Amino acid sequence: MAVKVRIPTPLQRLTQGQEEVDGTPGTVIALINDLDKRFPGMGERISEAGKIRRFVNIYVNEEDIRFLNAEETVVKDGDEVSIVPAIAGGAKQ
Amino acid sequence: MTQLLIRRELLNEIIDHCKEVYPNEACGILAGRGGIIKKIYRAVNVDDSSVTYRIEPFQVLKNLKQDGLEMIAVYHSHPHSEAYPSLIDVERASDLDSAYVSIYVIVSLMHEEPEVRAFATSDRKVREVELIVS
Ligand SMILES: [Zn+2]
Repeated sequence: MAVKVRIPTPLQRLTQGQEEVDGTPGTVIALINDLDKRFPGMGERISEAGKIRRFVNIYVNEEDIRFLNAEETVVKDGDEVSIVPAIAGGAKQ
Repeated sequence: MTQLLIRRELLNEIIDHCKEVYPNEACGILAGRGGIIKKIYRAVNVDDSSVTYRIEPFQVLKNLKQDGLEMIAVYHSHPHSEAYPSLIDVERASDLDSAYVSIYVIVSLMHEEPEVRAFATSDRKVREVELIVS
């Protein structure tokens, strides 16, 4: 049993269409870095210099990691991690 | 997609939402099955702004999945400008990493009568999609 990582539709092009992939237990940022090794490009889309990008939210078992330990939140086997990019725009300009 | 079909009552739900949060921008999801819009999901504008919107769609995506529906388009309002994608709209929609869908519905509240138009926006190109209300 591994960590279950749910990949959002826009990033499934990096996982050959897989909606769910296995992740390694440890901190969230380590898990992202490991995902990047198996799915090149994933890392830079989710994080920058060790921090989760402003327009991406990460949830561990439905809990927003901003309210946990952010990038250092620890995940273990059986946990579910969801990566959810925001949808944004505006009227400005 | 060159046409987007929507029932009058669903379109009214969108317009009502936009009017309720005016002067801020409203935003949400048009969801359905097989390209047919079945339900409107209101979203919270995390920016809480009158010039930008941002949906953090974790909860709404979960609700969609539970209801067995898929995202067809995203809507938002332009409280004080035309129903046409702004530069920031085009920019964000062209970012493949957050492009769940390519159809955007924009509601302008700048005139007495709300104006609603739909666009396919991707790769920095904007094409109008015919909105057919039944
Ligand atoms: Zn806009």
